[in-house]
Amino acid sequence: MDVKIDPETNNLMRQGTNNVINPFDTYALEEGVRLKERYGGKVTAVSMGPPQAVDMLRETISLGADEAILLSDSAFAGADTWSTAYTLALAINKLGQYDLVICGRQTVDGDTGQVGPELAEMLKVPLIAYVSQVEEIAGGQIRVKRMIDEGHVVIQASLPAVITVTKEINVPRLPSLRSIVRSKNAVIPVWSLQQLSIDPGRVGLAGSFTQVIKVFYPQRIRQATIFQGDLGNQVDSLVDKLKATGLV
Amino acid sequence: MIGIQIDLNKCNGCGKCVPACPFGLLETLGDKVQLKEGCTLCGSCQEACADEAILTPPVPKTDLVSDSHRGVWVFAEQWQGRLKSVAYELLSKGRDLAKNLQTELCAVCFGHNIDETSLIAHGADKIYLMDSPDFASNPEDLYTHLLVDLIRQYKPEIVIAGATALGRSFIPRVAAVLGTGLTADCTGLEIDLQNRLLLQTRPTFGGNVMATIICRTGRPQMATVRPRVFKSSVPDKGRQGQIIRLDFNKERITSRTRLISFAEDITETVKLSDADIIVSGGRGLGKPKNFKLLEELAGVLGAALGSSRPPVDEGWIPYSHQVGQSGKTVCPKLYIACGISGAFQHLVGMQTSEIIVAINDDPKAPIFEVATYGIVGDLFKVVPILIEKLKDNK
Repeated sequence: MDVKIDPETNNLMRQGTNNVINPFDTYALEEGVRLKERYGGKVTAVSMGPPQAVDMLRETISLGADEAILLSDSAFAGADTWSTAYTLALAINKLGQYDLVICGRQTVDGDTGQVGPELAEMLKVPLIAYVSQVEEIAGGQIRVKRMIDEGHVVIQASLPAVITVTKEINVPRLPSLRSIVRSKNAVIPVWSLQQLSIDPGRVGLAGSFTQVIKVFYPQRIRQATIFQGDLGNQVDSLVDKLKATGLV
Repeated sequence: MIGIQIDLNKCNGCGKCVPACPFGLLETLGDKVQLKEGCTLCGSCQEACADEAILTPPVPKTDLVSDSHRGVWVFAEQWQGRLKSVAYELLSKGRDLAKNLQTELCAVCFGHNIDETSLIAHGADKIYLMDSPDFASNPEDLYTHLLVDLIRQYKPEIVIAGATALGRSFIPRVAAVLGTGLTADCTGLEIDLQNRLLLQTRPTFGGNVMATIICRTGRPQMATVRPRVFKSSVPDKGRQGQIIRLDFNKERITSRTRLISFAEDITETVKLSDADIIVSGGRGLGKPKNFKLLEELAGVLGAALGSSRPPVDEGWIPYSHQVGQSGKTVCPKLYIACGISGAFQHLVGMQTSEIIVAINDDPKAPIFEVATYGIVGDLFKVVPILIEKLKDNK
C-alpha cells in the first residue's frame, strides 16, 4: 500500500484508497443484507469520506444495500476516531429510527477498531464488538456470538444497538447483474457540514483530540548472523547456537 | 511551508542527513542541504546531523494544559478471578511513566476474589478495587459506566489498558463519553515532561510506518497496548501500596446486555501467547499441506505453530495461528520464521522475540533485518535437515 502523508497536518492521506470498500466492512454490509433477507427492513450504507467515495458507496448498492449516503465536507478531513464517530452519529440520528448499526471490526489502514465502540456511546445504545454470528433477533433483542480472548460468549442486547463484526461471520456475495444496473442509476445523497448542522469545531482535524506529531519508518535493531557454507554445516551451526541457549 | 529548519551557518553540506530522510526530501546543493516539499517533521535527519544544523519546531502547546489531572492509571484486566499478564506488563511501563511525571501509579481493577496484592508487587502505588460476582465475565456495559465515573472523580492524566478483545471494545466507549483522545495498539509510550504529554507511538497504515500521536486536548490521555508488547518487571513482594475498596452499587446502573453462555476455546491463539518457542510459516510454504513439515519441526521442539498473514488469507491455516498486527503479538524465547518474507505488519507482531531464526531463500527478505540467525536457502531442504539434527541431538 502506498503511504502518503499530508505535510500540513502530518495526517496520513488516504486518497487513492477511498474507492474500495474497506475489506472488514464488506462483512458488515453482507450481514446487514442477510438480516434484511431474514427479518425484512432496509439497509442504508453510510460512509464519511472525500467526494470520490461515492463510487465505493455505489458498490454497496450493487452488493445489496437499499440506499447509501456519503458524508463529505472538507471540514471533515483529518478526523480522528472520536470526531469520525461523532459525525457518523449525527448522520445516523438524522436518518431517523434504526434497529441495528453494523460496523466492520476495524479498517485496514488505521487499524484502530475504535469508531464502532465510540459510535455506540454517542448514539447512547449498547455495543457488542467482534461478533462472529447473529443468532437471533426477536422481541426487541439481538442475540449474538462474540469473540473474546478466552473463547467466545453468547450475549444478548436490547435494540437499537451497534455491533462490530469479524470476517468469520459470513462470506460476502458477489453483485448480481440486476443490482449492478440498479447501483448505476442510484442517487447517492452527499451530506455536508450544513446538512448535518454540526459545529465545525467538533469535526475533522479541529474536532479531533489526537494529533499525529511524527511519522517515521521503523528502525531495525538487530544484525543477523547469516551462516555460510553448505546447508548441512549451516544447520549444524544453527543447532549449536540454539543448544547454547538451553532451549533445545 | 511546514518542515525542519536548516541553520545555513552550521550546515557544511556533508550530506549525512540526505539518506536519513525516509521520504527522500533532502538534497545537497553546493555546500548546503536543501529541503523539498513534504516534510513531516519526523526528525530522522536531525539525529543524522553531527553539526546540529537541523532544527525542528517544538511540539505545539496543548490547548489544555491541565493541572487538575494527575496520576497514571492502568486498567488491570482479569478473567474469572485471575489477573491477566497484560496488567503486569502495563504496570511495568506505567511505573516508568509515573516516575517521569513524579506522580503516582494506580491500578483500577473490577473483578471477583482477585489477588490484588500482586498489582502492588508489580508497581502500583494505589489500587481502586471493585469486587462483585457480577464482574467474573467482564460486563462491558457496566465497566464503561464505572470507569467513566472513577475517572471523573479522581481525574488521572493518563489511562492505559490492554488492547485485548475487552479493552479494544470498552475503552473506546469510555473515551467517547469522557470526550478525550484514545490511541489504539501503542508499541511505545514516552513522556514529554515539559508539556506533561504522553507520546504514543503505534504502527499505522497497515503497519508500514510508525506514527507518534499526542492527545492535544481532553484529559485523561488514553492508550491501549497489546499484550506482550511491554515486558513485566520482577515482582517485589515487599512493596507497599494502598488498596481502596469501592462499593459497586448494583441498583444505580443496569446493563443493557446480558451474558447467555461462555465457551472456552483452547486454540492455537492461546498456545501462541504462552509458548516459549514458535515455529511459523509464510507464503513460501506454497500450499496448505506443507504446514505438515512445520508441524513436525514444532513437534520436535515442543513449539506452537504460527503463521504470517498470507497463508491465513489463502485459507491454508486458521486465523487463530496468525502472528502480526492483525493477528497475535507474540514474544517467545525463540521464533523460527520459515518462508516468511517479513512484511512490517508481521514484524510488529514478533520482533521483540528473544531469538529470531529466519529461513528464506531470498537474501534480501526483510525478515533477515530483524533476525538473530539466518539461513539463506530453500526451506524444503533446510527444515528437514534441521528436524534430523534436532532429533539426533535428543
